[in-house]
Amino acid sequence: MPASSNRSTTTDAPARPSRVRRLHLPQKLRNLELFLLLIACGINAASVVLVQLGALGRIDTTLVLLGAGLSALVLAMHVVLRFVAREADPFILPIATLLNGLGIAMIYRIDLANEETGLASASVRQTMWSALAIGCAIAVLLIIRNHRVLFRYTYIAGFVGVALLLLPLVPGLGREVSGARVWIGIGSFATFQPGEIAKIALAVFFAGYLVRNRDSLSMVGKKFLWMRFPRLRDLGPILVVWALSMSVIIFQRDLGTALLYFGLFLVMLYLATGRLSWVLLGMSLFLGGAIVASQTLDYVNGRFMNWLDALNPDVYTADGGSYQLVQGLFGLAKGGLVGTGLGQGRPEITPVPQSDYIIASLGEELGLAGIFAILALYLLLVARGFRIGFAGNDDFGKLLGVGLSFVIALQCFIVIGGVTRVIPLTGLTTPFLAAGGSSLVANWIIVALLLRLSDTVRNQPRLVV
Amino acid sequence: MNRELKRVSLVVLLMFVALLTSTTIVQVFQADSLSADARNTRTLYDSYSIERGPILVGGEPIAQSMPAEDDYKFQRTYSNGPLYAPVTGFLPLNGAPTGLEHALNSELSGTSDAQFFDKMNALITGQSPKGASVEATIDPAAQQAAWDALGDLTGSVVVTEPATGRILAMVSKPSYDPNLLTVHDNQQVTDNYQALLNDESDPLIDRSINALNPPGSVFKLVVVTAALESGKFTPESTFPNPATYQLPGSSSIVINSGGGTCGGGDTVTIATALKQSCNIPLAELGLQLGDDAIRETAEKFGFNSGYSIPLDVSQSAYPTALDDAQTALSAFGQTDVRATAMQMAMVSATIANGGVLMAPNLVDAVTAPDLSPIQVFEPQTVERVMSAETAATLTQMMVNGVQDGAASNARIDGVNVAGKTGTAENAEDEPYTLWFTGFAPAEDPKYAITVLVEDGGGLGQTGYGNLLAAPIAKQVLEAVLNK
Repeated sequence: MPASSNRSTTTDAPARPSRVRRLHLPQKLRNLELFLLLIACGINAASVVLVQLGALGRIDTTLVLLGAGLSALVLAMHVVLRFVAREADPFILPIATLLNGLGIAMIYRIDLANEETGLASASVRQTMWSALAIGCAIAVLLIIRNHRVLFRYTYIAGFVGVALLLLPLVPGLGREVSGARVWIGIGSFATFQPGEIAKIALAVFFAGYLVRNRDSLSMVGKKFLWMRFPRLRDLGPILVVWALSMSVIIFQRDLGTALLYFGLFLVMLYLATGRLSWVLLGMSLFLGGAIVASQTLDYVNGRFMNWLDALNPDVYTADGGSYQLVQGLFGLAKGGLVGTGLGQGRPEITPVPQSDYIIASLGEELGLAGIFAILALYLLLVARGFRIGFAGNDDFGKLLGVGLSFVIALQCFIVIGGVTRVIPLTGLTTPFLAAGGSSLVANWIIVALLLRLSDTVRNQPRLVV
Repeated sequence: MNRELKRVSLVVLLMFVALLTSTTIVQVFQADSLSADARNTRTLYDSYSIERGPILVGGEPIAQSMPAEDDYKFQRTYSNGPLYAPVTGFLPLNGAPTGLEHALNSELSGTSDAQFFDKMNALITGQSPKGASVEATIDPAAQQAAWDALGDLTGSVVVTEPATGRILAMVSKPSYDPNLLTVHDNQQVTDNYQALLNDESDPLIDRSINALNPPGSVFKLVVVTAALESGKFTPESTFPNPATYQLPGSSSIVINSGGGTCGGGDTVTIATALKQSCNIPLAELGLQLGDDAIRETAEKFGFNSGYSIPLDVSQSAYPTALDDAQTALSAFGQTDVRATAMQMAMVSATIANGGVLMAPNLVDAVTAPDLSPIQVFEPQTVERVMSAETAATLTQMMVNGVQDGAASNARIDGVNVAGKTGTAENAEDEPYTLWFTGFAPAEDPKYAITVLVEDGGGLGQTGYGNLLAAPIAKQVLEAVLNK
């Protein structure tokens, strides 16, 4: 780390009379956050009303009330921030709120199309899960007052992450949904995707592990061509993570999750060591594995076929073929530049329009303009996370902040890229938007951690962000 | 770490640029081609939400959009549905349309390029857009007569106007009611469609243009055309007249339909062979002509190519690379020769029209809601298949066949009917396919008719063309000629 080596030596900020200073500071950041949050809640309420006007032609108060409850909860989180993280980034919470709300509006819109109402409907469940997720985020903010606590639990986090990841393989507990075995459930209800939570635990583990071990990973090794390659015995960690990813591909049949974890690990490894050779090594390992998998595993091969030749009638009609992908494209095409308007398209034609394909549903009704806005929101969210990395003082916090934001970026890329044929389609949830409780809980916890980290960064005396 | 972080930020930025690009490509640049995809049900739903133009027969709508009190705004209704199902097809709620609904979808839904300004105009003035009306060539009287004459048999009747190619009747049985597939209830439509699909009588198959059957003896018209046009044969050319004939290079035996020789004598003329519909002389003729010559003539008639009327007609087939035995069999329409009823109607109509093949056509005009013409269909000549002389000779032979030959059951008092029957074998134990194709009046042909009866007309291998198909043709011709 040539550029910042002088900075990283001062991991522990000197004690300072924060209590005294804080009392005199007007909470500028929090006021900005409140302002943005009110706008976000306003947009969310408006989109639910527009959905109702578009699809029903009248306004129904149930979901509006539920949404108001959610807004209240988000505002409560804002109040919590005023007390426990007053210097936290003011953009993160409003962006997450807006994305979450747009997701609920779209899920609700699809419920209306399928004539599902009441507690069983996906939108009501999503609202409940959102409440739980925001509750979890508040709890994380209250419990973890200093992120460096997490550093102590590096290996426990690693163990928890791997255990969560492998949980769906436990007989009797694992559930298979549309081919992928990434769910757990007890009885016939309460299904949960533990892999979503695992990504946080693994990010904590990677950050802690890499901060501890990066010297041996980056300093020693043979020079070959222009790069320094690691020693054989230092290959252990990358091989373990690689093996873990491959086992996800083979046993859980989930290409997306494997790609997500491996990508996360590679980026954090690169950040920690600054060595491009690791990235090349990792990418060739993963690509090699993926190519072997595409040759030997039917479902992987099918995904590649669907990607390359989606409109081919044979691929389209095949079992597990490109029907869904093409229907999503039809929806996006229907949306065009400005969309059909909320409640006025036909997103329900595409299979699972509320989870994997929510971006196609949004693209149909909000158009290219809407998708650009949503992508801009994600990019902004990720950028705020990366700011922690740029401005942070301790390497653990920097790595964790960047890792958590990168996970969001990569997940967006894998899902939206899959829907729009940049890469083969793999099943992952679109962060905040897609229907799914585990994903919401995980992403809101990430929001809480990012808020916590950003607060710490701003509290460091010599930095002005 | 910040140098690495900058690079990673760049990678993240590139990932998002890739997403922005891909969504732009899909939603802007590919949007039109994706919307035009036949599998795009969204486009179909949209076509329900506008007032689709009617399909007219004799000035009366056989398909029209009636205002409905639901999301789709309009209900497509078919009056006399089963009768006109092969013409109209249907516009299902959740699938691809068929028939004219499919072939002229963009005109009917008002989205064709010619209607662009009307559409823009409607958008600006706030009127709801309307589709164009389509006037079919069908003559309701002929259609009804053909429907009645076919009775409960499985098959088809096609009547055309030889001089123009206009299709006056196009009946397929068993039929179905297209109204079953346009109800505004997805599940109901799916159920109805599945029921029709699972029906063993295959009502959804349009037997006038999409059923391929061995033509049997009606194909002899094509072979004799090839013979006369070659200049090497005349109707009086003679062939050996045995009672059985062993195919060259094969142990199989060919017999005439009656079982004996073809008429009396040691030799038989082409004229007699066609009139009595004998197989052995035609096999001999076919061998002398060779499969290339037969194929060339068949292809002039339209075999081995698909065409659109504007409904897509299945491709009738005269196979390639035949050995001698197959060539002999193909000369009376067996082995792998296959024809649609529409194809055989084109053969008769060509002979009736002095040897010139007119393109078969189902649509007279497409008219905008303001009654301005969008498209008017003129008769189209495809090509001259044979000389006028050959046509006249064939006509005479076909008249003889009806008067006192193998097609006698099509005889009508006071009218010269030209005709040819066919009784084609399918697989060994399967029922025959029965045919009649011809035209009337012979001296000034107004109507060319082809009757196709599948499934042996219920008589297995005991029915034959003159018994079942010829009377149907007679009944239809009587009705349209007012006899």
